[in-house]
Amino acid sequence: MFPSQFDYHRAASVAEAVELLSSLPDAKLVAGGHSLIPAMKLRAAQPAALVDIGRIPGLSGISADGDSLVIGALATHAAVADSAAVQGGCPMLAETAAAIGDIQVRNRGTIGGSLAHADPGADYPAAMLALGAEVTAVGAGGERTIAASDFFVDILTTALADNEVITSVRVPGAAGSAYLKHRHPASSYAVVGVAACVGMDGGNVASCSIGINGVTGKAVTADAAAAALCGGPASADRIAAAAAYVGEAFDEPLGDLYASGEFRAHLAGVYTKRALALAAERAG
Amino acid sequence: MRHRVCLSVNGKAEEFDVEPRLLLCHLLRAYVGLTGTNIGCDTSQCGSCTVLMDGKAVKSCTVLAVQADGCEVTTIEGLAGADGLHPVQQSFWDHHGLQCGFCTPGMIMTAVEILDRNPDAGDAEVRHGLEGNICRCTGYENIVKSIVAAGAGGTS
Amino acid sequence: MGRYVGTSVKRVEDPRFIQGKGRYVANIQFPDMVYVAIKRSPEAHARITRMDTSAAAAMDGVVAVFTGQDFKDGGCGSLPCGWLVPDTKVPDRPIVVTDRVCHVGDSVAVVAARTPYIAADAVEAIEVDYEPLPTVVDARGAMDDGAPLVHAEIEDNASYHWALGDQEACEKAFAEADEVVEIELVNQRLIPTAMEPRAAAAQWDAASEEMTVWTTSQNPHPIRLLLSAFTLGIPESKLRVISPDVGGGFGSKIFHYPEEVIVPWVARQVGRPARWVATRTESQMTDSQGRDHVTVARLAMTSDGTFTGLDVETWANQGAYLSTFAPLIPTALYITLLSGNYKMPGVFGKVHGTLTNTVPVDAYRGAGRPEAAYLVERLVDLAATRLGRDPLDLRRQNAIPKEDFPYQTPVAFLYDSGDYDRLMATAADRADYAGMRAAQAEARGEGKLRGVGVVCCIEASGPAPSAVAGSLGSAVGFWESGEIRVHPTGQVSVFTGSHSHGQGHETTLAQVAADELGVPIESVEVVHGDTGRINFGMGTYGSRSACVGGSALVRSAEKVRAKVLKLGAHLLEAAEEDVVYDREAGRVHVKGSPDRGKDFGELAFAAYTAHNMPEGMEPGLNVVSFYDPANFTFPASSHICEVDVCPDTWEVRILRYVAVDDVGKVINPMIVEGQIQGGVVQGVGQALTEIGSYSDDGQLLSGTLLEYAVPRADLLPGIEVDRIETPSPHNPLGVKGAGEMGTIAATPAVANAVLDALAPLGVSHIELPLTPERIWRAVQAAGNGA
Repeated sequence: MFPSQFDYHRAASVAEAVELLSSLPDAKLVAGGHSLIPAMKLRAAQPAALVDIGRIPGLSGISADGDSLVIGALATHAAVADSAAVQGGCPMLAETAAAIGDIQVRNRGTIGGSLAHADPGADYPAAMLALGAEVTAVGAGGERTIAASDFFVDILTTALADNEVITSVRVPGAAGSAYLKHRHPASSYAVVGVAACVGMDGGNVASCSIGINGVTGKAVTADAAAAALCGGPASADRIAAAAAYVGEAFDEPLGDLYASGEFRAHLAGVYTKRALALAAERAG
Repeated sequence: MRHRVCLSVNGKAEEFDVEPRLLLCHLLRAYVGLTGTNIGCDTSQCGSCTVLMDGKAVKSCTVLAVQADGCEVTTIEGLAGADGLHPVQQSFWDHHGLQCGFCTPGMIMTAVEILDRNPDAGDAEVRHGLEGNICRCTGYENIVKSIVAAGAGGTS
Repeated sequence: MGRYVGTSVKRVEDPRFIQGKGRYVANIQFPDMVYVAIKRSPEAHARITRMDTSAAAAMDGVVAVFTGQDFKDGGCGSLPCGWLVPDTKVPDRPIVVTDRVCHVGDSVAVVAARTPYIAADAVEAIEVDYEPLPTVVDARGAMDDGAPLVHAEIEDNASYHWALGDQEACEKAFAEADEVVEIELVNQRLIPTAMEPRAAAAQWDAASEEMTVWTTSQNPHPIRLLLSAFTLGIPESKLRVISPDVGGGFGSKIFHYPEEVIVPWVARQVGRPARWVATRTESQMTDSQGRDHVTVARLAMTSDGTFTGLDVETWANQGAYLSTFAPLIPTALYITLLSGNYKMPGVFGKVHGTLTNTVPVDAYRGAGRPEAAYLVERLVDLAATRLGRDPLDLRRQNAIPKEDFPYQTPVAFLYDSGDYDRLMATAADRADYAGMRAAQAEARGEGKLRGVGVVCCIEASGPAPSAVAGSLGSAVGFWESGEIRVHPTGQVSVFTGSHSHGQGHETTLAQVAADELGVPIESVEVVHGDTGRINFGMGTYGSRSACVGGSALVRSAEKVRAKVLKLGAHLLEAAEEDVVYDREAGRVHVKGSPDRGKDFGELAFAAYTAHNMPEGMEPGLNVVSFYDPANFTFPASSHICEVDVCPDTWEVRILRYVAVDDVGKVINPMIVEGQIQGGVVQGVGQALTEIGSYSDDGQLLSGTLLEYAVPRADLLPGIEVDRIETPSPHNPLGVKGAGEMGTIAATPAVANAVLDALAPLGVSHIELPLTPERIWRAVQAAGNGA
């Protein structure tokens, strides 16, 4: 309940944050702090310094850019969930944001923070993978864009360098999309979360992508299942047949007291079916 | 390393010299003496410590005091005006929405946001809205009733 | 009755709580106070081979660091156990260990510092080397040959063995039974999780040598007694224990805990006020936990469904040490309830209290009675299935008829009153049980897994006749005190030994006193939780406050009325037999002449001016009564729960929950309903979400609220509450306990509903909690499902 001591620096700009991260030993970024502060209270994390990017102007906007949405790293989950642009352009993303934690957590937690923390039970990663989002980050070497598929490396590990700061996320819009989660009864994290995108063309599934979090150390795509659904109608039978491939996505399912890896894999199949059906329905 | 933190607590500007690790809930309780904000867990689950920060419900155990610099914080003590009770407080009293009272300040602060988002929130919406608040006494039944009634009763 | 009892008076304590003015121990702050933090064992069983506190002691802001030896040398005694059944083997439980830890969370060292942050830093800086020892965590496995011993001197890890019932009748029942159903089940470990973590504060006055201790206790007087006589050694006359507002207890705050000794001891050592507040994680690993039984049982019956015998053997996990009342729970509060609401001649139960490397287990809401109810009600459902009978019909067939009360069970208890058939009929009516069954048939036809669970449960509340408690192993009596102090202005202060930590005594006891005296409730103040203000008391647990504490007030009120009547007659210059005490008006007047009278306030004033008193009457108007209950009271309940089990995620969704309870006469219906509702959700928590789980090496796997799933607001869609009233003849108010019935009934109601839903898949038993995965695995094991 009492974090250990650290130095605190409030960055006025992204450049200053990068500079501080580069120069301070064992420094961590904090924005909303809803991943880091809980860990610090249990002293599971004891950074020597925090670089607070929460006040940097211009990082919390949400805007449409063509068919895509550009979401500032500091956009809170509540802001994403409530955004008319997100609800209209990519309902699944609003649904994902609304499924995170609780009202209080959504008022503080940010999309950038959630992605950078890369918790296996976090909700955003599945959506990012299914949507083919791109993360924009600024580091000592300047700005770069990282595809979601390259971003999540391992449990609590991303492709970000220690001194890189996420500035925004570009998310392609997808009307035919859905995110469904099996909520942990205690932690509210995703035991399993499935994000599905379905594009229809003349009654047949023309494109499909599936992202899944909660089952393994990092969020994964279920490519075999997605491929199996393409090229025919989104019928219940075809969805069920496609979902049967979901297990191939999981190398080593994680388990906890509430749900073993085996059961998580089972749930992933169930939620994949449901998410695909809902996404296809929304695709019209 | 200590930091100056200026914030408005229940409408009163206050200035503090704090360690960066000081949590907002501890600042409110130990520095300002507002002990109505209770601390029920250490993993950001229970919601007992919920306050309004710039009008939004937040768990004050998961905010550093330095992060609240410049913000307006409203605690249970500052929810009502100088006289009387806030309609949500009144409704909790009227509908037996509390037993031991420990989770109550956090419940009330969260309820304020639930009703702020939708004054006509019904039973199911209120139950969902309370996902970040734990009560061990009431079984939630009368908490939900209190909040729904406060909304329909015209908090807006 | 009077104006207030029986009505839903709004709670008088609420304004302070809803405005953030609750007076919890964690809010106590003094200038110059030190903050106490405790180094906890991360090992379940280990020898301490080295401890180095020097770095911690050297930290800026650290006032002192103490080890177990310091407490021992400083005169702190071990924590006693207050309930010993014959031949109980009691392990020593030091305040802070010196050489060996026995469970994760055991106290290892103590820090006092200028701020809680520095105290936490210092705790982290204490270095301890542990040599791990073999561990045992399982209630039954603890008695296996070769199991590691928690305490070398206690053979087989068996603290005690206890049995009760008519063994001969039981054996005969099984020998002659037409049908026998058997079950082996676990009643899982629960962590009480009152929302306020435990806390203690203390202030030592060196001049007067008086110690004041604030503690989150359900019973400050017994804590003072134990502190004085066993652990802290300060005379009771110099020791004041205050339990101010306490944020829920559910049993977990009954017991005498090490921190209640540590904090005052430290305050005296350092000469400054001291305070300790548990973090949630600390609470989860040090508050006494609940349940944790392994049970093998069988029920005998005739072919027409008449129950004839019940045979039970239980291994009750007591944890690493015996908590204050630990042996009481699985003995006199468990085996005694095995007859349930049913006529059953041959009931026999035995229990083994075992020690393990886990947090101590003691009373948790219901305490023994939920374990009995879950067992009996599961067996009855199995019997119904075996006989092809409707489970409600079978219960009604076997229920003790109302004309049989008082009813003597084969397991010691004499039930006071009840009408179980009407109770079940009311529940069936309220739930539209027939309609539910019809809807279930239809839902099953559509491939849904719909289940209906019905239970009829018994509770023994309002402990206890002191002589009976003594004969069963108690070291204390279970009477209650109630003092009525009428002030000269007619204002009334009520001092009760009961303690409210959410139950609303400031309202309900005021209702009782106001009606008994005939005064406005606004003029009654209820004082509780302070040994400096209340002469003595036994506190609140076992749903006893109204039954025992309320009755003590009735006795005091009778004495106040008698004196006021006598004084009134004197002042009215009438014979005593010619005046009446009008409790509606709060007035003594001449019979037949209401105008010729004196108000309560006038008489109170006259009692204090003492200008004109009857011969021999002492001045003043202050009465104390100590009420020892005639017997327990026996609330009963019939709950009906309707669920759907999702056939692919295996989640349980509660569609309806109907709770019909008989808690005797009701003082405040609003508060009683609140108690039932809250109790139900705790019981549903045991059925669906909660488990205190240990790994084989004694690590607590559900030690934070990230793992331990306390029910949230959306677990139930709502609770429909109704009641019948059969007054208890065992107390003057006719009340029965209301605090635990909901919890007792809800666990089997939900379990029966879920297993009813799964019956078509061939599943007849799943251990609690009924999580999706456990259901999934059971369905797979039965050869069904995906």
